[in-house]
Amino acid sequence: MEIVANEQKTQQKKQVQKAEIKKQENIMNGAQALIQSLLCEDVDLLFGYPGGAIMPVYDALFDFEDKLTHILTRHEQGAVHAAQGYARATGKVGVCMATSGPGATNLITGIADAQLDSTPLVCITGQVASHLLGTDAFQEIDIIGISLPITKWSFQVTKAEEIPLAIAKAFYIARSGKPGPVLIDITKDAQFGQCDFKYEHFKGMRSYLPKNELNFEKVRKAAQLINEAKKPFVLFGQGVIISEAEKEFKQFIEKAGIPAAWTILGLSALESDHELNVGMLGMHGNYAPNKLTNECDVLIAVGMRFDDRVTGDLSRYAKQAKVIHLEIDPAEIDKNVKTDVALLGDAKESLVALTKLITKNSHIEWLTKFRELEQEEYNVVINKELNPTSPILTMGEVMEQINLKSDHKNIIVTDVGQHQMVACRYAKFQQTRSMITSGGLGTMGFCLPAAIGAKMGKPESQVIGIIGDGGFQMNIQELGVIFQNKTPVKIVVLNNEYLGMVRQWQELFFEKRYASTTMINPDFQTIVKGYGIKTKKVEKREDLAAAIEEMLNYEEAYFLEVMVGKEHNVFPMISTGSSVSDIRLK
Amino acid sequence: MKNRYTLSVFTEDVVGILSRVNGVFTRRKINIESIAASESEIKDIYRYTMVVEVTEEEIKKIALQIEKQIEVIKATYYLDSEIVYQEIALYKIANAALFAGGNVEEIMRRHHARILSVEKEFTVIEKTGHQEETQHLFEELEPYGILEFVRSGRVAISKPMDTLSSLVNKLDTLAEEAK
Repeated sequence: MEIVANEQKTQQKKQVQKAEIKKQENIMNGAQALIQSLLCEDVDLLFGYPGGAIMPVYDALFDFEDKLTHILTRHEQGAVHAAQGYARATGKVGVCMATSGPGATNLITGIADAQLDSTPLVCITGQVASHLLGTDAFQEIDIIGISLPITKWSFQVTKAEEIPLAIAKAFYIARSGKPGPVLIDITKDAQFGQCDFKYEHFKGMRSYLPKNELNFEKVRKAAQLINEAKKPFVLFGQGVIISEAEKEFKQFIEKAGIPAAWTILGLSALESDHELNVGMLGMHGNYAPNKLTNECDVLIAVGMRFDDRVTGDLSRYAKQAKVIHLEIDPAEIDKNVKTDVALLGDAKESLVALTKLITKNSHIEWLTKFRELEQEEYNVVINKELNPTSPILTMGEVMEQINLKSDHKNIIVTDVGQHQMVACRYAKFQQTRSMITSGGLGTMGFCLPAAIGAKMGKPESQVIGIIGDGGFQMNIQELGVIFQNKTPVKIVVLNNEYLGMVRQWQELFFEKRYASTTMINPDFQTIVKGYGIKTKKVEKREDLAAAIEEMLNYEEAYFLEVMVGKEHNVFPMISTGSSVSDIRLK
Repeated sequence: MKNRYTLSVFTEDVVGILSRVNGVFTRRKINIESIAASESEIKDIYRYTMVVEVTEEEIKKIALQIEKQIEVIKATYYLDSEIVYQEIALYKIANAALFAGGNVEEIMRRHHARILSVEKEFTVIEKTGHQEETQHLFEELEPYGILEFVRSGRVAISKPMDTLSSLVNKLDTLAEEAK
């Protein structure tokens, strides 16, 4: 008996010792706790730039290079845009990291971009030691204060033990509800401080409950409006993509037979050649969907927020229509357009409930109207853009060649300006999450880093960045990332030697006074060659198709520069202050 | 048409949330007329009472934008008729002016004001009431020379009988369910 008891005792002792060792293993510094937390959130890739106040984290990262790849960008703005591209391509939370002061402020544009385009980001910044806070210490800046209006949530960590919960909350808040950027600022002493690491995924708090109970009475009301509609019209945005409701969305429009038009953030949620896809909304969108917005009898907005670039003059926007709004953010309901029925909740859940209650229908005459106006647009605009008679190359024909030479499964990333509108208008899509563009903020310089991030997130996909010569030079330094990591991303610069969109406005609204829009560019070929990237420049139509084919088939990074018409304009166009139905074709 | 609205904002007790709430007004260039912050009847929940002059359309959107902030629990707006509210004002007057004759005593009596403190050289008068009332007293005391004047932000209690604790209980349950 005694022997048994003794054995039990020694075993107990061993267990206690084991537990103690295990406990000791969980004692780590804040920087290590941060890395462990990121691993617990399944992060395997992050973008950043080191500096004084974040050095302990980089030091901890050094031990985990096999599990957690850090991509060194050439500027912190490159890091945040790359994280955005990664997030938008994969649907996962993008992570970026920077040091205090200038490192942190360089993230600001990307954070603002992510806030406006609902991109889930966790941005981690180093901060001076907590005893130095408020002393104007070297590289001290109040990044929490600066970023308040452009973050979904932010938190300053001053103790190592706060790190796991802060990171768990950050990921939860960034990805849930209407996604957005979160900033976690970590003082240097918190990175060095010791803590007992324990990680629990965050699941909700009373002041933030993103899941709404669907109101079935309202679903019935919406279904009734749709069932009685003669000319129903669907507008869809990124909400369809964020809630992964592409299939449910398609079932909905197919059952009710409703023509559907997209915002540029919603682009690729529905394949381009779907018979009910009637094109792009907004300022440079297609003729039919803009024109007929003011003719439909029921307007169904799914996961979009009636941005002013989509609506034009609100006082003359769809006034004749009953408006149904499927939206997850209560603050968006009635913000710009008054709704008759608001379905608050996740787009997927709302669509499933709504589809059950609608009757099978088709609106052939109504759809024909869209196709007729589309033909008009084709004759006046599209044909000239895609099949120009002049020898000068157009942006549209470059996009069309990409369409012709590929399976429409490319991920297209754009910058901001004329090329962006052309890419959105003419690129063809088969798969969701294939258009990554800066919509709400309209950030030039977005494309190059975002395309790199997208390619790293989706290495099997063909990722093509379409950039203007202006935007290319705004984050041109990120070519260094392609060089260092051999990222096989394809970059197409549509070079018109102008800041094209501003020039177009100067032509149309400022009497052709081209103030500071002329670009005297360096030789991009020489620059890009310096980064060891295969390049080609196309100036003649006969070389375009072959160059695009070569680019698409090339296994490594490829830079294609196409010289396009210097003073080409993007049409159709809704001028500022005009109604959507006043859209002009020329 | 612009109205005077009182906003009651309930938040978690965290650093920076007042800045977030404030930012909702700043970016719309709306001036906050008065603000009072304090604890609520529930531990760890803070409340701000803010007074703004805006249209109904604006206040609706403002309340939703405030509620959208992660650590805000609830934001509700009221017209003056829907709340019981009060402000406090302090007036510092030199004793010499008080004793120089005149009818300060009669003014204070009429305004139901009281003396909060008498120091060697000055007296502090206190008056609680609505802004118009404290302002009225200010105007009557002005001829005697007011050395210092301060008025607090409005504090307000809503007339409807929905309680914060029932809302918080409901939200706590929902948050528990989410886990």
